[in-house]
Amino acid sequence: MSQTKDALRVPGPDKIPLALIPVIALAALPLIPSLPTWVTLTVAGLAMGMMIFIMASGLTLVFGLMDVMNFAHGAFITIGAFVATSVLLPLAGWTQTDSLWMNLAALLPAILAAMAVTGALGLAFERVIIKPVYGQHLKQILITMGGLIVAEQSIHVIWGPDIIALSKPATLRGSFIFGDIAIEKYRVLAVIVGLAVFAAMFLVLNRTRVGLLIRAGVEDSEMVESLGYRIRRVFIGVFTAGSALAGLGGVMWALYQETVNSAMGMQVMILIFIVIIIGGLGSVGGCFIGALLVGLVANYVGFLAPKIALGSNILLMVLILLWRPQGLYPVAKR
Amino acid sequence: MSNLLALAGVNTHIGHYHILQGVDFVVPHGGLTVLLGRNGAGKTTCLRTIMGLWKASAGRIDFDGADISSRSTPAVAQLGIGYVPESMGIFAGLTVRENLTLAAREGPIDTRRLDWMFGFLPALKKFWHLPAGHLSGGQKQMLAIARAIIEPRKLLLVDEPTKGLAPSIIAHMVEAFRELKRTDTTILLVEQNFDFARALGDTVAVMDSGRIVHSGSMRELADDEAQQQKLLGLSLDAHQ
Ligand SMILES: Nc1ncnc2c1ncn2[C@@H]1O[C@H](COP(=O)(O)OP(=O)(O)O)[C@@H](O)[C@H]1O
Ligand SMILES: [Mg+2]
Repeated sequence: MSQTKDALRVPGPDKIPLALIPVIALAALPLIPSLPTWVTLTVAGLAMGMMIFIMASGLTLVFGLMDVMNFAHGAFITIGAFVATSVLLPLAGWTQTDSLWMNLAALLPAILAAMAVTGALGLAFERVIIKPVYGQHLKQILITMGGLIVAEQSIHVIWGPDIIALSKPATLRGSFIFGDIAIEKYRVLAVIVGLAVFAAMFLVLNRTRVGLLIRAGVEDSEMVESLGYRIRRVFIGVFTAGSALAGLGGVMWALYQETVNSAMGMQVMILIFIVIIIGGLGSVGGCFIGALLVGLVANYVGFLAPKIALGSNILLMVLILLWRPQGLYPVAKR
Repeated sequence: MSNLLALAGVNTHIGHYHILQGVDFVVPHGGLTVLLGRNGAGKTTCLRTIMGLWKASAGRIDFDGADISSRSTPAVAQLGIGYVPESMGIFAGLTVRENLTLAAREGPIDTRRLDWMFGFLPALKKFWHLPAGHLSGGQKQMLAIARAIIEPRKLLLVDEPTKGLAPSIIAHMVEAFRELKRTDTTILLVEQNFDFARALGDTVAVMDSGRIVHSGSMRELADDEAQQQKLLGLSLDAHQ
């Protein structure tokens, strides 16, 4: 089919939203007193953005595919963090030695356990709670809120009401030092994991048949069914994967904060909702850029004017919606 | 000629509204049947009910020997029914190629079939790598039709393909349908443009207020202006 390509210019993807990231970073540079501080804040913002992206990416696809807004998503984040804690605390001997391999030998099973549990819970949640209310928005909101309350209470019963301290594995503590610039190791790891998750999602969405189905389903699930595909099977898979990613994000977030508590999922949900609205509901690329913007703005403003940190992200959302009412990358909906 | 599709006493409710109120008509094997009727008569609802997008509350829909009225939409499509909805249902963010790749359920696109389709739907070839949202209205309609026939289907349901198109493009569309008619695909075409319908139809059914009020051969209706006026007066005026 190559002979058909030359006939015309194929418009590339819209790059303006991507350009916002360096624009905001550079705009912050003159406001921040020293370069090392700016580097620290920028890396912290990117790391935070990557973790939010991991937690938010499943939710945006779930909404895009079936118009399901799952308010209980935050519970999967919390549960992921607690499951990992239950694996990591008994293995403290492995996490607190200076051997990278011992650290990983504790961390990897913790992450896998968290993702397996949240993935399985997500699957059960979809089948039992979401399935009966497909297409009924008010009931969805109420029932997923209800699911959230049940999940939070269950966490209290299983893990108790107290905040649990969870220290980072020894080799992930500390910073890389370049002159007077210090970059926290854990933040670098968060950026690497976030990029890996984004790359994997990008490849699945753009290079596989299932990905083609998901992208088409986000636009018009009825038409996908009319072509002979059972969109609900795709949706169940996406819901499960999204829940497992929420669990992964929960583990990373908990290790970043070095504490775990039953409200942590709900606390980040505010940022996650802002991110998926900024990105354009249903758009993974938009979610990625939205998460990085939110992470950067939260860190810059948190440093310059700590009192208005959360408000600044709401302001960011308002400004972006004034510019693009459907978000950075609007998904064409029928 | 036997019937590929037969609706008998089909009723459809949308919410509290009783839209189809006992629809009976048949689509003979191999031919092109036109479903005519003024705006709001229930033509789109009829096609959506066949596809299982609305569930019939009563009646039978027999396709190829089996009642499909309670099957899910994917199951209906898998029986070999291609659907071009009134809205066209193009995936705007997917390229022309991706739209067609997805529609080819059985595997990779058959390149000989594709070349055949490029013959009467040339825009597809030209815009192969373009996101479908950038196509013009006529090109989108061509893509929607191509998507429905990318693999051989037993029956095509096409909802008002001429809606909003310029006359020159409609003439092109007539040619495309003539080419399709040379294959053994059976077509059920919903139309309001009587000239277009007359150029293509073998048999015709006319709907009004959720019921079939006339059915017979297209030639007969085309020759009987009084009958046309009576059945279609309003919609004909709309197209003058
Ligand atoms: N989603 C819907 N909700 C309520 N009424 C509908 C809906 N879709 C169609 N109708 C009504 O059903 C009737 C038939 O509509 P339709 O099948 O679209 O007619 P046609 O395709 O012949 O123009 C109209 O009165 C229309 O208002
Ligand atoms: Mg219609």
